[in-house]
Amino acid sequence: MTKQTEVKIPVSGIGIRHKAKASIALIGNPNAGKSTLFNRLTGLRQTTGNFPGVTVEKHQGTVELTHSAFNLIDLPGIYSLDGTSTDERIAVDVTLGRVMGTERPSGLLVVIDATHIYQGLYLLEQLLELQLPTIIALTMIDAAAANGITIDTEKLQKLLGGIPVYPVSSISGHGLDELKNGLEHVTEISSPAIPASWPEFSETAQQLSQQLGEDWQRIDVIQALLQTHPDYAGKLSEQLGAEQVGVLRTKLFGTEPPAAVEARRRYSWVKGVIDEIQENAPLYSKLGARLIRWTNRPWPATLLFFAVLLLVFQAVFTWATPMMDVIDGASSALGRVILAALGENAISSFLADGVIAGVGSVIIFLPQILILFLFIIILEDTGYLARTSFLMDRVMRTVGLSGQSVIPMLSSFACAVPSIMATRVIPDRRDRIATILAAPFMTCSARLPIYALLIAAFVPNQSVGWLNLQGLVLFGLYLLGILGGLGTAMLLKSSALKGPKPHFMLALPEFRMPNLQTVTIKLFDRGRIFLKRAGTVIFFVAIMVWILAYFPRMDIDSYQSATGVTAAVDQVATEHSLAAAQMEQSWLGRIGRTIEPVFKPLGWDWRVSSAVVAGFPAREVVVAVMGTIYAVGSDADDHSLSEKLRSAKWPDGRLIFTLPMVLGLLVFYAWCLQCAATLATIRRETNSWRWPIFAWVYMTSIGYGGALVIYQVGSLL
Amino acid sequence: MTLADLAPGDTAILEKIDTRDPGVIKLMILGMVEDITVRMENIAIGGDPLEVGFFGSSVSLRKEQARHFRVSRIPRAPSA
Repeated sequence: MTKQTEVKIPVSGIGIRHKAKASIALIGNPNAGKSTLFNRLTGLRQTTGNFPGVTVEKHQGTVELTHSAFNLIDLPGIYSLDGTSTDERIAVDVTLGRVMGTERPSGLLVVIDATHIYQGLYLLEQLLELQLPTIIALTMIDAAAANGITIDTEKLQKLLGGIPVYPVSSISGHGLDELKNGLEHVTEISSPAIPASWPEFSETAQQLSQQLGEDWQRIDVIQALLQTHPDYAGKLSEQLGAEQVGVLRTKLFGTEPPAAVEARRRYSWVKGVIDEIQENAPLYSKLGARLIRWTNRPWPATLLFFAVLLLVFQAVFTWATPMMDVIDGASSALGRVILAALGENAISSFLADGVIAGVGSVIIFLPQILILFLFIIILEDTGYLARTSFLMDRVMRTVGLSGQSVIPMLSSFACAVPSIMATRVIPDRRDRIATILAAPFMTCSARLPIYALLIAAFVPNQSVGWLNLQGLVLFGLYLLGILGGLGTAMLLKSSALKGPKPHFMLALPEFRMPNLQTVTIKLFDRGRIFLKRAGTVIFFVAIMVWILAYFPRMDIDSYQSATGVTAAVDQVATEHSLAAAQMEQSWLGRIGRTIEPVFKPLGWDWRVSSAVVAGFPAREVVVAVMGTIYAVGSDADDHSLSEKLRSAKWPDGRLIFTLPMVLGLLVFYAWCLQCAATLATIRRETNSWRWPIFAWVYMTSIGYGGALVIYQVGSLL
Repeated sequence: MTLADLAPGDTAILEKIDTRDPGVIKLMILGMVEDITVRMENIAIGGDPLEVGFFGSSVSLRKEQARHFRVSRIPRAPSA
């Protein structure tokens, strides 16, 4: 007999990378510290994508161990495998290898929050039914200690039939090495024992999965019996006959819903375990609890909420200015250098007016975007965002929704796309669609560049009391978006989407210090997405617009003889009008003048009109387009875009950007749906073209209508 | 007495749950089952929704669902 021996090459030093072989799924309750642990284990070796067919984000990363490496799949945070939500379905399907393109994991890393061990053990108990090698990471162990909770991990391991339990602190990194060590051997662990919490159910499941044959895994039978997976429930009735399944269910669940009986049975086992392993189980946590309860006291909470919002918008304006000045200075200097080096010709104009003026005018908003996201990420990670849903339930009820719609709506301040996906937690379809249609009204980060440009150009930078006027106007625009969203939800919920009063239930996370590494990674990610858009979509549009604005070239001689202007009269004025005339007769000018009549009632000239039209696929493009149009259409590049906007005139010499026109333009941007990604997401999430078409027509109409009323009424005053 | 009748700061034991409301099942999945001790943490402006704490967790729910939980209140210690 020859025994194959493995040659072990000693691994030393940093930099040796193993090829990931097995996959392990990371699973746990929401807010259990899963993403922090994921970042701790994978570092920056991670990728983000989507699971096929659904809009659940798929995070994957490689975990380097001493002798091997494996692929860690981060699954959505869930409380149970019962629910019918997409997140729960995906979590089960991935662990069972039912998802295309995702390999079946060879083990589970279950994250249990030591301060919320009650709900953690419940999920674990359901996961054990999957019969996969399992390891437990007991997180927040330091928070638990600070709360006076001591957990006997050895006893827990024993009660769980020997499943390895590793206490870790993601903050200090304590226990991570032991966990990694354990992960190295995860595939050698035998399938876990099923806890004896519900023997008659367990036996029935066991018996049926043997009787039904190889197609049926134990978890399939369980999901069929509990009616948590309609396909399997149907298949079971087909194979056994509906009558026998009915008899079985009555025997197991009586007349109650299966999920209620399951919760009762499993939690009674959990309570038994907790009694054994935990001394002085607290009713509620002490750490941060007083703070949190204070922040939930009705009136202080309301005040705090508005104070937080105001702080965010003030910071977006005041903190970003120095960094924006640097970017602005750099990009105009670069433009001048190019013009000086190449002289005035098509190539230098392409680089300076097309690429730098176009893309640069969007990149300049990176500091503001990052500040906004920093606040949103901190608010999310501290648990404050979830807390606001409790506070805002009342408000949401007056428009026919519930506090559950608050998180999607607030996260729309970042971007409507993930927030539309976040509406999946809303169980009722009507409430969900109403929230989806309200979300794009919230001021997303792509609107920020337009607001910032127009506010900086037309709102004086002065103080009102201890507040900044520009910040206040921005705050007002955010309120305008909220108003539009809530009004829309109310309208829909009292007409097309009328339905029963929604439930509202939500596990409220407690206050938690955000983790620096997690915040940094999320912020970095956001910055990367923004720059990527600037480098692709916006770059492309800026080039297109430059081509349309630069060609065809005008014949200067014929222009001069036609207008009677000669170069000798006034060099500067001539160059200026030459540039303007060239612009007017370019392709862009011709297109712009064709569509100008549509937007003339709003006080927009053909330049603004064409910039707005170009912004329909992605609204931040409008700033790039304006940057290019005003760069090509002027002779000097040492003026900033806002200065150029301030001095833009109609042919008869009147200013284009008057106060009513600017206010109208802002309202148009507050309400108009200029985002192809949002439309595609609405289409995907509602599974029909009806809602995205409705949203687009509806939002564009009220945006246009709002701008029209403001301009016309404002011009009369 | 039901969960909806508790004042902020009251603690009580969940005695009997009416499982006919699907909203109630969701709360049971979050751990609100018979025989556990809960504490009324907060009541929002206007008396609804409620925030209930148990085993270190907080859950918010509306009065409508809270009425399906029959409770027995634990008398407060006189010193508190």
